Amino acid sequence: MTLWWIGNIALFAVFLVVVYLLHGVLSAARSIVPSAEAIAKTAAAGSKDLDAAALLLTTQDQVTKTVAGVANYGGSLDVILDDAE
Amino acid sequence: MESAAVVTIVAVALIVAALVVYLVGVILQLRKITAGLDQVISHVGEIVEKSAPVNGVVTAINEQLDAGVDLLEGLLVKKAGMVDAVGLVEGLYAGSAAAGFRSFPESTTVKAPRIGEVYTHGTLTLARLGREAPIAVGNPAGPALRDVERGSLAARLLYPEIRQSRPESLARSPVIGTDAPVQYPPSEQRGGTTPDEAEIREKGPWSEVAAEGIVPAEAGGSDAPRELLAEDPQLESTVLGATTASDQPATESGIDPSSGDEADAVSDGGPELPEGAEPDLKDAAAARRQVDVESADSKEGSDT
Repeated sequence: MTLWWIGNIALFAVFLVVVYLLHGVLSAARSIVPSAEAIAKTAAAGSKDLDAAALLLTTQDQVTKTVAGVANYGGSLDVILDDAE
Repeated sequence: MESAAVVTIVAVALIVAALVVYLVGVILQLRKITAGLDQVISHVGEIVEKSAPVNGVVTAINEQLDAGVDLLEGLLVKKAGMVDAVGLVEGLYAGSAAAGFRSFPESTTVKAPRIGEVYTHGTLTLARLGREAPIAVGNPAGPALRDVERGSLAARLLYPEIRQSRPESLARSPVIGTDAPVQYPPSEQRGGTTPDEAEIREKGPWSEVAAEGIVPAEAGGSDAPRELLAEDPQLESTVLGATTASDQPATESGIDPSSGDEADAVSDGGPELPEGAEPDLKDAAAARRQVDVESADSKEGSDT
């Protein structure tokens, strides 16, 4: 009979430990949710910011034309100016 | 049933209930996390997709810019020389000489000369090309100074604006004579400038007499009404001065302009000295040099 009561007390202790651990797991899971949502919003904003990346093609074209113009001017200067002695 | 057994059964039931409650809560939270991560993965996928060509495009842009930099650096070094090129860049961007030119590693060892705002070599080069150097108010992007049609105005624009571009806003030079549009009575203008108030204040009250004329008109000055003047026809305008308003020459024979075309500075220069006369010392500078005379004679002989 005494063993039964000892077992009950141990079982109660186990109950407390289990409740404590499960509460910790649940709290951790709950804390992850806002972080995941914030990451999702940030990723969405980052994706939207990269919409302008397509304009880099225009920039590349402009740079190519500009450098070609500089090359033309440089070639003309090379012809009309004397080289350094 | 014994009470101990009942307590055991209740304890186990509580443990199972706690497990169920908390585990279900955890499951629900994990599902939310999974949903959130799905969104993250979706957006990250978009980011990866949109940024995929960026690397290639930026690399191409950098290659183009590198080519442009190499071109300009090479041109600068070729035209100005390494030392002057380093000095010019240092003059524009202080401290850049230490970094040197990317295409010319040896440029880092060049001691940059101090080149101020005026680069003489460049000034001369621009002047040779017909464009004024940017050392004055002229704009190097403006018209060429040596343009045959507008070179004069462009060159004058380099100097302070007085009348080179807006002559119509300034008073023209006075036209003098009897036909002048503005006539100045002798009492107001008798040579020199008519003193104004500032000049009178500076020189003193004695100068006011010049403003009124030596002889005021009321006292019978030269611009007084005819009834106050003496009967002297020489005071008419024919004496005071008037243009002839005629192209007739002043002499009977007139001026033959063809004589100037046939003049020879070597043979016709200097005074006519008498033959055989002893030359005077005062005529030494004006006399024709013997070498010029001989040269003219030999030329005439060869022509004939």
